[in-house]
Amino acid sequence: MMRSVIFAYCADPDTLAGIKWLSCYLTTGKHLSFYGSFGTVLLLLAITAPTALLFGFGGATAARSPIAPLRWFGRGYIAIVRGVPDIAFFLFFVIALDQAFEWMRHKALCPDWDQPIRQGNDFVVCAQAKLPLSTSAQWLHEAYGLTLAVLTFAIVFGAFAANVLFGAMRAVPHAQLETAAAYGMSPRQTFWRVMVPQMWVYALPGLSNLWMVLIKATPLLFLLGVEDIVYWARELGGSKTARFTDYPHGDWRMWYFFALLVFYLAFTKVSEVFLDRIMARLTKGQATSGGEAQRKAA
Amino acid sequence: MSCWQTIADYSLRSIGYGERLLPRGDFTLCQQFTLIGSGMIWNIYFGVLALMAGFFLATALALGKSSNTWVLRKCSDWFIFLFRGSPLFIQFFFAYFLFVALKGSVPALGAFTAPWLGALTVLFLNTAAYSGEIFYGALLSIPKGDTEAADAYGFSGLNKFRKITWPTMLRLAWPAYTNEAIFLFHATTLVYFSGFPALKQRGDALYYANYFADKTFNPFVPYPILAGYFILLTLVVIWVFSLVNNRLNRHLPQNARPKLRFRPRLLR
Repeated sequence: MMRSVIFAYCADPDTLAGIKWLSCYLTTGKHLSFYGSFGTVLLLLAITAPTALLFGFGGATAARSPIAPLRWFGRGYIAIVRGVPDIAFFLFFVIALDQAFEWMRHKALCPDWDQPIRQGNDFVVCAQAKLPLSTSAQWLHEAYGLTLAVLTFAIVFGAFAANVLFGAMRAVPHAQLETAAAYGMSPRQTFWRVMVPQMWVYALPGLSNLWMVLIKATPLLFLLGVEDIVYWARELGGSKTARFTDYPHGDWRMWYFFALLVFYLAFTKVSEVFLDRIMARLTKGQATSGGEAQRKAA
Repeated sequence: MSCWQTIADYSLRSIGYGERLLPRGDFTLCQQFTLIGSGMIWNIYFGVLALMAGFFLATALALGKSSNTWVLRKCSDWFIFLFRGSPLFIQFFFAYFLFVALKGSVPALGAFTAPWLGALTVLFLNTAAYSGEIFYGALLSIPKGDTEAADAYGFSGLNKFRKITWPTMLRLAWPAYTNEAIFLFHATTLVYFSGFPALKQRGDALYYANYFADKTFNPFVPYPILAGYFILLTLVVIWVFSLVNNRLNRHLPQNARPKLRFRPRLLR
């Protein structure tokens, strides 16, 4: 049997030993999928961070709105996500969003359907309304799953970001806004030209903290049914007998999760170095033990 | 079956008393409220014990991190970095498989593969690291004048720490520490989704909420129930911590006391 292998000497795994065995083991097709799933995590971060910031901006703006229902919505959005464990939201939204989309398509595509949608313990929509369609390709199913995950992350982290931005908007000195009004700017102009450019300075500590939390929330993708790094680590690490694989081994899950631990530590270390620099800058010259230690060291 | 009967059957189900089988069909609201509430026992168990044990380790870590001894400082730094720098979810998985491997070689450590001990250990170390960082930050923020005054009054060593440094540290750290406590209670919901098995379907609140959502394919009932329980728990935590906060700040004039906000800030 011919296998697609990276190193030529991997063609016959039974004869291998030591470092050669390991190099072949770590380059099997499944392992390449495992490495690819790190890309999924980075992709999720790259899409979620700006989307969550957008949701957060919307939420914070709504929470400050002069229109009462919009304000209640904004404040409610901020408050509820923080009172409840985020993982509960992940589990909730991933089904709820899916059902909401299918329900909307069902209403649009099958108007003459007369049976109830909730039948006992089932959720039934017509075949055309299914998402994705049962006939569509495998990659579409995966892409749909990832889209739901991204949306769920954006909703939850959007609330956190809304909280940070709401605080930052309030931290902009009020006198500035009054000055803007005195110069004849409309509320809209005051918001976009005076408040928004200045709020980022106040929002920065909260947002960088949020970034760290977001990094550490990425393994929860596993719970949303995405084939992410946790999925592959469990899959690849479990004991394998010679009947099912060319590379039998015992229970190595501990080592796979150790590798994930190191990956995340390295990832957050970069952010931490960055934050420490900002912190040192802010502590400088303060009449606190921290400032005192800096003064003595200098 | 009346609701009282359901409560009698299922309210202690999560710790192994009462009806052995979970309800299978025709789920009533009462069943969902009772079982999810029953699961809260575990969330409270994990949260309270981890917080109480973690408090002492956190104080030690904060002192270690601010100590002048190189070894102590580095050890605390690394411990805090290890637990704050990686996701709790991965820590649970790693710890579980580590405990499973340990059980193979040392059978006496088998209890660690059960959630009540294994997951509690992880939560304890995790919250100690987060709180340690908070306490360390508070140690650095102690007003210079306070420690100078303590020196001037002849305080030193353990006496100075116990009467001046430690209470001031706690007072400054308390709002952030309250926040950490709330997050810890939220984090307890991860336990049964991260390797640790729910033996005989004895799980926490989220485990049962997820069970109902899977069976009924309707997330709009069990998750809001869970949310309600957690909001209640959050309010209780804030209330208890504000009592301590009042005591820590009792020497300050009324208007200078920091109030614990109802909505905690995201500071993890």
